[in-house]
Amino acid sequence: MKNLFTIYIILILTLSLANADWTSFRGSAGNGFGNEPGLPTKLDGNKSIAWKVELPGRGLSSPVVVGNKIFLTASSGPRQERLHVIAVNAKDGETLWERQFQSTGRTVCHKKTCVAAPTAVSDGKVVVAQFSSNDVFCLDLDGNLKWLRGLTLDYPNAANSLGMSSSPVIADGVFVTQVENDADSFSAGLDLGTGKTLWRKSRPKGANWTSPTVLKGAKGEELAVLQSGKGLLVVEPKTGKDRWNYAEGASTIPSTTVMGSSLFIPSNGLTAVKSREDGRSHTQLWRANKLAPGTASPVVSGNRIYVLNKANVLTSANPSNGELGWRLRLKGPFSGSPVANKTHFYVFSENGLGQVVNLTGDEGKVVSTVDLKETILCTPAISGNALYIRSDAHLWKFGG
Amino acid sequence: MKKILYLFLFVNASSIMIAKTVYDPIATLVAVGPMGEGNEAAAKAWPKAAALGAEALPDLLAAMDKASGIGQNWLRAAVDTIVQRTLKEGKKLPTEELNDFLANTKHIPASRRLAFELIQKASPKRAAKLVPGFIDDPAPELRRDAVALIIEKAIGESNEDSACSLYEKALAAARDVDQIELTAKALREKNRVVDLPKIMGFLMRWKVIGPFDNTDRKGFNVPYPPEKKIDFSATYDGKNDKVKWTDFSTSDQFGKVDINLEYGELKQVVAYAHNTFQLSEARELQFRLGCKNAWKVWLNGELLFARDEYHRGQRIDQYVFSAKLKKGKNEILVKFCQNEQEQSWTKQWEFQMRLTDASGTAVLAGNRLPTPKAPATKR
Repeated sequence: MKNLFTIYIILILTLSLANADWTSFRGSAGNGFGNEPGLPTKLDGNKSIAWKVELPGRGLSSPVVVGNKIFLTASSGPRQERLHVIAVNAKDGETLWERQFQSTGRTVCHKKTCVAAPTAVSDGKVVVAQFSSNDVFCLDLDGNLKWLRGLTLDYPNAANSLGMSSSPVIADGVFVTQVENDADSFSAGLDLGTGKTLWRKSRPKGANWTSPTVLKGAKGEELAVLQSGKGLLVVEPKTGKDRWNYAEGASTIPSTTVMGSSLFIPSNGLTAVKSREDGRSHTQLWRANKLAPGTASPVVSGNRIYVLNKANVLTSANPSNGELGWRLRLKGPFSGSPVANKTHFYVFSENGLGQVVNLTGDEGKVVSTVDLKETILCTPAISGNALYIRSDAHLWKFGG
Repeated sequence: MKKILYLFLFVNASSIMIAKTVYDPIATLVAVGPMGEGNEAAAKAWPKAAALGAEALPDLLAAMDKASGIGQNWLRAAVDTIVQRTLKEGKKLPTEELNDFLANTKHIPASRRLAFELIQKASPKRAAKLVPGFIDDPAPELRRDAVALIIEKAIGESNEDSACSLYEKALAAARDVDQIELTAKALREKNRVVDLPKIMGFLMRWKVIGPFDNTDRKGFNVPYPPEKKIDFSATYDGKNDKVKWTDFSTSDQFGKVDINLEYGELKQVVAYAHNTFQLSEARELQFRLGCKNAWKVWLNGELLFARDEYHRGQRIDQYVFSAKLKKGKNEILVKFCQNEQEQSWTKQWEFQMRLTDASGTAVLAGNRLPTPKAPATKR
């Protein structure tokens, strides 16, 4: 009995100390929120940087964190044809392993972006990295290759000459990707175990840089949410079958944010809809044309939603009715999206200025800034009370 | 006798097992193709290939020669794993064998480049000594390093004639657009004449016809008469008037065929450009196209590629696709479409095309005329 009690205590302690994984773009829930109460609130250039490591190539992709491993992508070479997947030890920044591949798809893109734009995704057992060239690599957490695909090799017109950046998701054990562009526009579900195409469906023709998100149905089933200029399409991950469709248009840059069964769509400003209990239809909750996001996707924290607009103004709003709260001008411009815990909001400008906003008062207040003096276009990751951010050259860890 | 037989069977079985361990996994990785075909077998074979010792690296590199880009990536991951493990264990990479591999230009550029990078890991000094020898290498990524060295020397050279001589050497060897641009610019700043269109192989003289209708972007899929038959004496119904073939030449340093110069800044229109490319022998070449409008390219009446994308940027060598050209006259037809967008950055209605071998070396047509000094259009 005593032994059992000891095991129980150890288990509780282990669980409480374990890092919450951050497994995809804007976190495991795809809404930018991380329940990490111990994140540093002062991003001091000297004191709060745990470590800073050099990267082998450029990238806009965010780190993803599983346990004590950070996974990141990069691209290098004169035509950015060399694709890197890297695993870094969260504790000390040491490179645990690196795999290099050669692109099989086109690597031409706007000079501001690069081939390592989409963020990798993990289910906790494997990490799947996709690049703008539409090369996809699935590796286990120790770097053993499980499968790979060259989606532009398979579909030669699946490309965007400005570059692609949609970050894939894993839903219901299926890797779901949006390869949406002007020419051969599609979304696909690949078997996470084998990389086989489970389904591939045509999507609206048009460049689309948004990322899919995962919506949980009333019975706990996972659905994939696909955004495009036409609106939102919710599909079953295993079959690609449509569940419901929001057809009132949406942005092709910032992505939808999910909070429970509510979805906040960058559409006609910001439109909130609720997936009905049957998971086959939706109801519109509200629409606020003053809540149009800029490039950054909205983030949720506590009972608020936060939107950063084109003028770099951060607005707090009530997610149940769209009512506007405080507004705060930040220093932009922003390409990456913000993240938040329950008390603070974190975002990095393109000029490398990290800004921390305290969310607990009546008004939002910038409580700390840090100038990393490098171009930052990525969205931070938060895990284990640490914040991770990358540039084309470095990966930083704050706190932890 | 029975024991000898058992021993014989054991030895043979072991040999078979060893052979299978060494060669089958690699062959399985080589066999992976498009659409994920072969991934499942590769997933089983890969741990065996990745568990091989460093002495297997040349075999893995040689296997890349036979693999598709997908298979090559399976092999690369095995190479990375072996190298990482070998170095972690404090063991050495087989640099002599890798050096031999690198020296054999029959291997594909990708595998030779990887061999060079492994030598760099094992012995940076040894690798550095190899670089100047890559100046005429068929592998573009190796050649690039040698060109970069010469450019570096040229930048540091105070004597203008010596610097120009180095830049000229670099320009002659360069195959990457950024290095070509840099060296050409440096030479021109020193008042040296550089025939960039010829060096890069841009097609400068065309016959053009248009405009045809592209309202609602539908013209992209309409087979207008030039797609059915090339007849330079014919007149057709265009979008607004009768249209006929005219001569058009460009003097743009990067071969841009700006058809706005011929027809004006029109919207929702289609034009065709035709070039006769003469070769003394049949050979496979790379078509290298830059275009921010929707386009199609035919060679001798066969559609090579089509892309329905507008105003997402234009680069030299944006699209690279190979085709076999015949001995004698080859007919190249380009269809390029303008859409309805009105923003200032959507005015361009143009393309640029050059033909090269697989290493990026320009291939000039037998009937190529001198580079035009000024654009020749009917306007």
